[in-house]
Amino acid sequence: MLTLPVFEWVRPANVDDVLRELAEHPGECLLIAGGTDAVPNLKHRLHEPRRIVHLGGVHELRGMRVDGGALEIGALTTLRELAEHAETRAAFPALATAAASVASPQIRTMGTVGGNLCLDTRCTYYNQTFFWREALGFCLKKDGLVCHVVPQGKRCVAAHSSDVAPMLIALGAEVEIAGPAGRRWLDVDAFFVGDGIHNNVLVPGELVARIRVPAAARALRTAYRKLRPRGAIDFPMLSVAVAAEVADGRVVTLRAVVSALGAKPRLLGNLGPLLAAQPIGPELVTSIAQAAHKQCRPLINVAYDDAWRHEMVPVFVARALREALGVESA
Amino acid sequence: MSREGRGKPPAPGMAIPEGRVMPKPDRLRPPAWEGGRTDAPNGGAFQVIGTRSRKVEGLAKVTGRAVYTDDLVLPRMLHAKLLRSIHAHARIVAIDASAALALPGVHAVITGRDLPEYFGIIPWTQDEQALCEHKVRYVGDAIAAVAADSERLCEDALRAIRVEYEVLPAVHDIDTALAHPEWQVNEKAVEGNISKQVRLEFGAVDAALANSDEVVEAEYWYEGSTHAPIEPHCCVAEFDATGFLTVWSSTQVAHYLHRDLAKVLGLPAQRIRVIQPVVGGAFGGKSEPFSLEFASAKLSMITGRPVKILYTREEVFYAHRGRHPMRLKYRTGIKRDGMLTGTDATVQIDGGAYSSFGLVTTYYSGQLLTAPYVFPAYRFDSTRVFTNKPCCGPKRGHGSVQPRFAFECQLDKLAEKIALDPIELRRRNAIGANTRTVNGMRVTSNGFLDCLDAVEKASQWQDKFRRLPYGRGVGVAGSTYISGTNYCIYPNEMPQAGVQLKLDRSGRATVFCGCSDIGQGVDSVLALIVCEELGLELRDVRVVAADTDLTPVDLGSYSSRETFMVGNACLDAARHLRETVAGTLAELWDVPKGQIVLAGGLACATSDPERLNMSIREAFQAAESRHGTLGSVGWYQSPVLGGDYRGGTIGASPAYSFTAHVAEVECDPETGIVDVKHIWVAHDCGRALSPVAVEGQMEGSAWMGFAEALFEEQVYKPAAPGHGFGLHHGPSLLDYRMPTSMDSPELHSLIVESVDPEGPYGAKEAGEGPLHPSVPAIANAIHDALGIRCDRLPFGPPSVLRTLRASDARAAWQRARAPLTHGTAR
Repeated sequence: MLTLPVFEWVRPANVDDVLRELAEHPGECLLIAGGTDAVPNLKHRLHEPRRIVHLGGVHELRGMRVDGGALEIGALTTLRELAEHAETRAAFPALATAAASVASPQIRTMGTVGGNLCLDTRCTYYNQTFFWREALGFCLKKDGLVCHVVPQGKRCVAAHSSDVAPMLIALGAEVEIAGPAGRRWLDVDAFFVGDGIHNNVLVPGELVARIRVPAAARALRTAYRKLRPRGAIDFPMLSVAVAAEVADGRVVTLRAVVSALGAKPRLLGNLGPLLAAQPIGPELVTSIAQAAHKQCRPLINVAYDDAWRHEMVPVFVARALREALGVESA
Repeated sequence: MSREGRGKPPAPGMAIPEGRVMPKPDRLRPPAWEGGRTDAPNGGAFQVIGTRSRKVEGLAKVTGRAVYTDDLVLPRMLHAKLLRSIHAHARIVAIDASAALALPGVHAVITGRDLPEYFGIIPWTQDEQALCEHKVRYVGDAIAAVAADSERLCEDALRAIRVEYEVLPAVHDIDTALAHPEWQVNEKAVEGNISKQVRLEFGAVDAALANSDEVVEAEYWYEGSTHAPIEPHCCVAEFDATGFLTVWSSTQVAHYLHRDLAKVLGLPAQRIRVIQPVVGGAFGGKSEPFSLEFASAKLSMITGRPVKILYTREEVFYAHRGRHPMRLKYRTGIKRDGMLTGTDATVQIDGGAYSSFGLVTTYYSGQLLTAPYVFPAYRFDSTRVFTNKPCCGPKRGHGSVQPRFAFECQLDKLAEKIALDPIELRRRNAIGANTRTVNGMRVTSNGFLDCLDAVEKASQWQDKFRRLPYGRGVGVAGSTYISGTNYCIYPNEMPQAGVQLKLDRSGRATVFCGCSDIGQGVDSVLALIVCEELGLELRDVRVVAADTDLTPVDLGSYSSRETFMVGNACLDAARHLRETVAGTLAELWDVPKGQIVLAGGLACATSDPERLNMSIREAFQAAESRHGTLGSVGWYQSPVLGGDYRGGTIGASPAYSFTAHVAEVECDPETGIVDVKHIWVAHDCGRALSPVAVEGQMEGSAWMGFAEALFEEQVYKPAAPGHGFGLHHGPSLLDYRMPTSMDSPELHSLIVESVDPEGPYGAKEAGEGPLHPSVPAIANAIHDALGIRCDRLPFGPPSVLRTLRASDARAAWQRARAPLTHGTAR
């Protein structure tokens, strides 16, 4: 079978010890929580760390709590715990749906919310064995110099593939980052950057500690839709998260996120005029779906027909909106 | 390489003097039992056959205690790995392994020069070397092997081997193979990139088509797919101090592996023992020798230590031998009364880099189509080509799943043209029992009409076909398959299956047989037969199988031969001993032998069971006292079968199974996503010796067909500016998308029993036949649902949506709703 590379392994008991490990071995560490993404990547030699810092013993990062209506999620909370959490299901049902749509029951039992947020980007030319990548001639993201998705491309376009991140962005959630200089909160939207090699703002020495969904998000009308070839296991080929503030039969604000197309989730822009132009109804849904189709263009980073994935953008945006807004199919 | 039938095959490695076997006027024939072999012993009711029993190995598997090859760990064992080609087509200029050999913990490195002997499952097309000596022919072709203390050390050593390649133009598909014969993939080919060509014509096809009322002409594409057994290939080889080689391998053909090991390693066959541990799925993907078996044996011979090779999941995709991609062109004619006239087929087959079973595949692509319907005239022209891709071979339903898809779609189109219910069309053309096909195949039992009736009724076909709302539909298809072939792969007149049976005075029986249980349940079939004949309880029979030292030869688990052939051999062995035991008791109790019953661990005489009874153990002891040590043998050899023309025996089988499916789909016209809700599977297996196992095979087969229809494809990335051709699209279980339980339809198994006169208790095959109709039944159901024809596999959403947009599907859907002529179930 595929082997793991040789590495040192430590299991600190609290966040301070984790930060000390990271500080003492700069650039040499890989953080592992559930390991569902990291272990296959290690076997493929996509990560070749000298040292693995296992977070399993950091109990302070486990669990969820409700604080004044806001939902606080420890980074080590498993996806299954989030998906089955009664308060989440009642107050933020689309977030529970997004967590429940990751991979399979076994992986959700091991995989964590923090891990899903920090999920490495994915590409058909990257998530392969060392042998396969050697036969390819390697790629921009690991061991090579060229991009096979965008010839002559200088930027890696590996796909953001987290299911929970788009929903968190739509809900206006924040993420708490712990680092040598202390802790800071950041919008989840600002957490991601458009670089497939490393698509978030974390610098060596930092880790994700908590996620907070604001109390105000309870009032939003939400939905999460995931396109994947199979009913389980698969990463998204396209994901759509919507959260709408509704008043008097109109959508006042709408955060609609489309992802799995490029290196970072895309928050649809310029929706204000569309929302102002018409009340909730099939026409509004269609106009937003068409805007999404124009704003989002998939690349062949995912090994599935990209023209079809592009066509599915408006279909899935419309379906998510209809679900969130209770609009009948036209 | 189309030389079969002419000349002699290359000398095989076995010490069997094949060239010197005396010609026999008649083939060996199994004994004829009074009352035949279809009934329970003594003409009574069956005691265990047909009851719902567990598989004999089931508990060990579900409790994690079954021992697979990779579970074997021998003292001093080394691990080995194969170096594989990074090019699709290249000449090997030089290999420098010195740096690898210098690594501490690395014990040996071998290359093609160490194993130069060619091998191949078909004696006439031996075109493979265990490690490529001069040329590599696909990305992943094996070049060298390293033995070291651990797998990780092997990986380090592989990276230290320097291979100098001269890259050659790669042949990536059928058209390139034919257009560029000078880019020869396989130098053993007689001409260009042609692996095999077969042209056969039966009756006047052109006249038949000209005299038809309607002719449908269409081209189909069947995409390649692979078996993806959950257990990857694994082998442990131990060459001991006396020069005796033992090989444990996850194979489904221990006997053929035995022969090829002798040939390639240059060892006498009697100094090699092949053992097949529990196998975790094969589906045809382990039915020939692979590089790992030769390499681990050779490395053990060099190092004097046991050597294990376990393929990674990626390597299983390179070993492949899966479903051949086929381009199929059909012209089929019909009369207004619904009777088929002529069929003209042109089939192009993408074989990958080597021959494998390709000679047979090429014949099967035409020969296996001629039932369950009457073909008044039939012609096929099949060509298999070599390409720079992993080698295709036999996958469940070998060679006949692809033409069956095309033909059953043809029938659906013809039915629509003459406004006839497609089930009724199939009924009108059914070939029936005790007849011969147009290409000379003998058909005995035939339950096809019962299969059609069963799926029509269970699916509520009459209420659904052409009556469901847009987006929902049902489709039907039928098929036939062989219960084993009538010849061994290498010509000889010895039995195709052998069984030895030993009765112990403790009241236990042990069956020894070379057969290969790959999960389909042949071990259970043997145990059930012994129980039925000798009155034992299931737990009191042990099956020792697939160990060339301990068991008589059986050819292995392919072409759905085990239940029929091994079952017959076992029935004979057990019945011999039953006669001995029953004869002893009849003498002892002074009653006619016909009164002796052996059942449930007891023996008694029907005339006075209260007084004349004893335990089976006592009965065995009485028989042993009277006759000496109790043992028997049984064997199976098929009758001479097939058409009297070159290739006329390929496709001949002592019995054919029959199947019909109805699939029901729900399609999303906005996305192209097809959701198969139900498949009703009716299968004529002759007699269900173990109904649970038969249903398992029916469900598993139908599911595998469904998976090929909608999800699975073994395809490769085209060349691009940054890389060459031939990278596997995604050699992992994440990217090779086998459907999950979330995607799977409800499968309804409907067993049909036609009781074959030559099968053991009337049994025929059930492991492959029920796959065939899945794909065309789903295609036909999509047409009923959406008004489009899916002629190219797989019917993934992008392809369905494109087809939907390319035509006025709604109008086609409406047109198909014209009044139909219905038939009625008999």
